[in-house]
Amino acid sequence: MNKVIKYVFIDIVRNRIVLAYTILLSIISFSVFSLEDTSAKGLLSLLNLILFIVPLVSIIFSTIYIYNSSEFIELLVSQPLMRKNIWLSLFSGLSISLTLAFLIGAGVPIMIYQPNATGCIMVVMGCLLSLIFVAIAMMSAVSTRDKAKGIGAAIFLWLYFAVIFDGLVLFLLFQFEDYPLEKPMMVISALNPIDLSRIIVLLRLDVSALMGYTGAVFKGFFGTQSGFVVSLLVLILWVAAPLAWSVYKFDKKDL
Amino acid sequence: MRLISLLHLFSIVLFSITGAPLIAATYQVSKLSPASSIQQAINISANGDTIIVASGVYYEKNLIINKSVTLIGVGYPIVDGEGKYEVVSIKSNFVKLDGFKVQHSGYATLQDPAGIKIYDAHNVTICNNVLDDTFFGIYAQYAKNCVIKNNRLTSYGKEEQQIGNGIHCWKSDSMQIIGNTVSGHRDGIYFEFVTNSIIWRNISTKNIRYGLHFMFSHNDSYITNIFSKNGAGVAVMFTHGVRMFNNTFEENWGDAAYGLLLKEISDSYIDGNHFKKNTSGIFMEGASRITVKRNTFENNGWAIKIQASCMDVTVTQNNFFGNTFDVATNGSLVLNTFNGNYWDKYDGYDLNRDKIGDIPYHPISMYAMIIEKNPPAMILYRSIMVALLDKTEKILPTLTPENLKDEKPLMKPLRL
Amino acid sequence: MITIDKISKQFGQLNALDDVSAQCDSGECIALIGPNGSGKTTLIKSILGMVVPDSGTILFNNKSIAHDCSYRANIGYMPQIGRYPDNMTIGQVIDMMKDIRRSHTQIRDEELLEQFDLKSILGKRMSTLSGGTRQKVSAALAFLFNGDVLILDEPTAGLDPVASEILKEKIIKQKQAGKLILITSHILSELDDMVTQIIYMQDGKLRFHKQIEALRTETGEIKLSRAIASVMLQN
Repeated sequence: MNKVIKYVFIDIVRNRIVLAYTILLSIISFSVFSLEDTSAKGLLSLLNLILFIVPLVSIIFSTIYIYNSSEFIELLVSQPLMRKNIWLSLFSGLSISLTLAFLIGAGVPIMIYQPNATGCIMVVMGCLLSLIFVAIAMMSAVSTRDKAKGIGAAIFLWLYFAVIFDGLVLFLLFQFEDYPLEKPMMVISALNPIDLSRIIVLLRLDVSALMGYTGAVFKGFFGTQSGFVVSLLVLILWVAAPLAWSVYKFDKKDL
Repeated sequence: MRLISLLHLFSIVLFSITGAPLIAATYQVSKLSPASSIQQAINISANGDTIIVASGVYYEKNLIINKSVTLIGVGYPIVDGEGKYEVVSIKSNFVKLDGFKVQHSGYATLQDPAGIKIYDAHNVTICNNVLDDTFFGIYAQYAKNCVIKNNRLTSYGKEEQQIGNGIHCWKSDSMQIIGNTVSGHRDGIYFEFVTNSIIWRNISTKNIRYGLHFMFSHNDSYITNIFSKNGAGVAVMFTHGVRMFNNTFEENWGDAAYGLLLKEISDSYIDGNHFKKNTSGIFMEGASRITVKRNTFENNGWAIKIQASCMDVTVTQNNFFGNTFDVATNGSLVLNTFNGNYWDKYDGYDLNRDKIGDIPYHPISMYAMIIEKNPPAMILYRSIMVALLDKTEKILPTLTPENLKDEKPLMKPLRL
Repeated sequence: MITIDKISKQFGQLNALDDVSAQCDSGECIALIGPNGSGKTTLIKSILGMVVPDSGTILFNNKSIAHDCSYRANIGYMPQIGRYPDNMTIGQVIDMMKDIRRSHTQIRDEELLEQFDLKSILGKRMSTLSGGTRQKVSAALAFLFNGDVLILDEPTAGLDPVASEILKEKIIKQKQAGKLILITSHILSELDDMVTQIIYMQDGKLRFHKQIEALRTETGEIKLSRAIASVMLQN
C-alpha cells in the first residue's frame, strides 16, 4: 500500500496548487502576526482565516485530484492491489501533502510567534481540519462519476460546514430562545468540525470571557482534560467516518 | 531609654495632679521600656499627646484608642491580632495613626473585625500604614473629615464570603481616601452612604469582587485611580452626582466583569478615563444625565453596553480602538447621543476635509444585537456566518437601531 | 484459462451485459468486436475486476475472481485512454508499477520500452507527453510483467504507424509464446494477421464466438472486415 502512497505524494507535492497554497498560508500568517500588535490577537485573526481557507482548499483540491486521477485509479485497480488499499493510499497521499503544506505555511509562523499550548492546539486543529476535508472530498468524489456534479457537491459541503450550518444554528437559537440551549449546543457543535475546532481554540484565548455564560458552560466541558480528549476523538471520528464510508462505496463501485 | 520613660511617667503624674495638660507630652513605647505595650501608653496618655512606638511585635489583643492621641510607628512596629481580634479600634476624634504594620486580624464574619476601625469619630488620620492579612482592612463607620492616606493593604482572600473589604466606609462624610494600594480583598474600596468625599490616586488590584464598590454615596469624586484585574471591575450604583476623572480601568476580564458598572446613576461625569482590556468597558443600566467625554476605550470586549433603560447619556469626544464590539444595547429605543467620537472601525470618507466623516457611523453591529437578544449565539463568535451578517447589515440596516449613530464621527483619533 | 459463466450487468436501464458466457484459452488471440455500447469494455472491465457483475461468475485458472486481487498479477492491461498523475515522470510511473508487482516473481519484458525509445525520456513528466507517447507508456507497462494474459483496449488508437507495427509484432510474438490475448478494436483490418478467434457482441449479448477460420469459410470472405460486415447484414 505504501508503494502507491509514495508516488501519489511525490505527484501532489510537485503540484503548483499545493505550492501556491503553502505560500498563501505563509504570507497570510506572517502578515497577520506582524500587523496585529500582540501575537495573541494575531492568532485570533489567523484562526478565522484558517477556518476559512483550510477546509476550502482541502476539499476542492482533493475532489479535483480524485476526478483527474480516474484513469490512473482504473489502472491501479487492474493491478494486483486491494481496492481498499488503493483508496487509502490516495487518502494518505492527499492528506500527508496537504497537512505538510499547512504545517509549513501556517504551522511554522504560529510556532515562531506563539510557541505555547494554544499555538500547538491551533496547529493540531488545522491538521485535523485538513484530514477531515480530504475525507469529505473523497466521500463526494466517490458518490458520482460526473466531475462537475462532484465538484459542485464538494463546494456545497464546504459552504454547508462553513456558513449554512451556522445559519441553521442561529435559526435554532431563536426558535428555542426560551429554553436553556447551552448543553444541546455542545452536542450540535460536535456536528460541525469547523465549529468544534473554532470553539476549542477560542476557549483557550482570553476572548473566551466575551462568550459569557455560554462560554463558561463550554469551558466547563472543553476546558477540562477529558473534554479536550473527547472533542479530539470527535474530530478523529470526523476523519474516520467519511473515509470509511467512501472506502465502502469505492469497494463496490463500477469503474 | 529607661530614664526618658521614667521622666515621662513622672510628667503624667504631675499632669494628672494639676489637671489638664498645659503642653502635649510624648511617650515612647518599646519592648525594653516599662511601657512595653501600646495600650499601656494610651491609658496613661492624655488628649493631644504623642506616642512613639519602636519597632518590634506587639500583641495588644484589641488595641483601643479612645483619646485624641497621635501614634507614630518608627521602623514599622508590628501590631498583631493573632487571627482573633480586631487589631486597632479608634473611638476618639483627632486620632492619628502613622507608620504601623497591622497584621492578622480576626476572621469572624458577624462582627466584621478590621485591621483598623474608626467608630463614630471625626478628623482621624490613618496614614503610611501597612496592613497584611486582615479581614477588613481600614473600616470607617459614622466617620467624618477623616484622611486615609498612603496605606498599603494586602490580603489573601480566596472567596467572596471569606474576606472583607479593603477600605470600607459606611455612613460617613467628607472622607479623603488618597494614595492607598489595596489588593486581595473582597472589594478594594467600598463606599455605602458616604457623601462629599474624594478617592484620589489609589491603586486597587486583584480584589475578588470590585476594585471600587460605590452605593448610595452622593456627590463624591474619584480621580486618577487605577483599578485593574479585579474580579468584576468597578461598580457605582444608586447614586447621583459622581465625578469620575482620569481613572484607569483595565484587565477586568471575566464572565461578569466590567470596567465600570453603572446602575441607577444620574447627573454624573465620566471624563478622561482609560478603559483597556475589560470584558465590558462601561455597562450602564438605568443611567440618566451622564456625560461620557474624552475617554479612551481600547481592546475591550464591549466598549459600552448601554441598556434601553438609560436616557440622556451623552457620549462624545471619546476614542474607540480595537474593541470587539463598540456599543451594544438591548432595545430599539435610543434616548442617548453618540456624536463626535473617533471609531477605529469607521470606514467613511471626508470630502470637505473638516476632519468629520460625511456619513454617520453606526457603532452597533448586527451580531452585537443578536447576542443581546440571545446570549448563546455567542457560540458563533468569529464564524464566517457572523462576518457575512455584519457585512450585509452594513449595507442594508434592518435589525440595528437606526437612530443609534454618530452623526459626526471623527476621522482621526483625539489626543487624550 | 478464463471462463466466463452467465454474467449479467445492468447500468440503470441499460443492459450492459446480458447472460454472457465464454471460454478463453491460452495461445489464443481473441478479438472483441461489436458496435459502440455493445458491452465490450464492460466485459473487459468485468474480467479485470473493475466492474462487478450482478450475476454469474468469472473463473481465472478455475478460481473465481470475486473478492480476489492476486490473479491480476498474471494480467497485463493496456487501457483505452492512458492518463497518469500529471507530475509523475515516466520513470516514476514505471518504478511504481515495478514496486506494486515486486512480490510477484516474474521475468520483466522491457522490449517495448526499448523499441518505443522510452528509456531516453524517463525524466519527462506525464503532463508534457502527447497522447501517442502516453499510449506507448501504457503498452510498455502492459507487457512489462510478462503476464499470462494480455488485455488490450483499442491498443493502436493514437499510435503512429511505426509504433503500431511494433506493437502488432509484439502481440503476435506473445501469442506464439502461448499467452491469451484479448483485444478490442474498431480497426478490423489491423486484426487480420493476429487474431485466432472472434467474439462478436451486440446490445450486451454475445452473438457468436468463433474461430476465425470457421468464420471465413462460413462467409466466404478472406478479409475479416468483410466477413464481419456480412455477418452483421445477416442479422
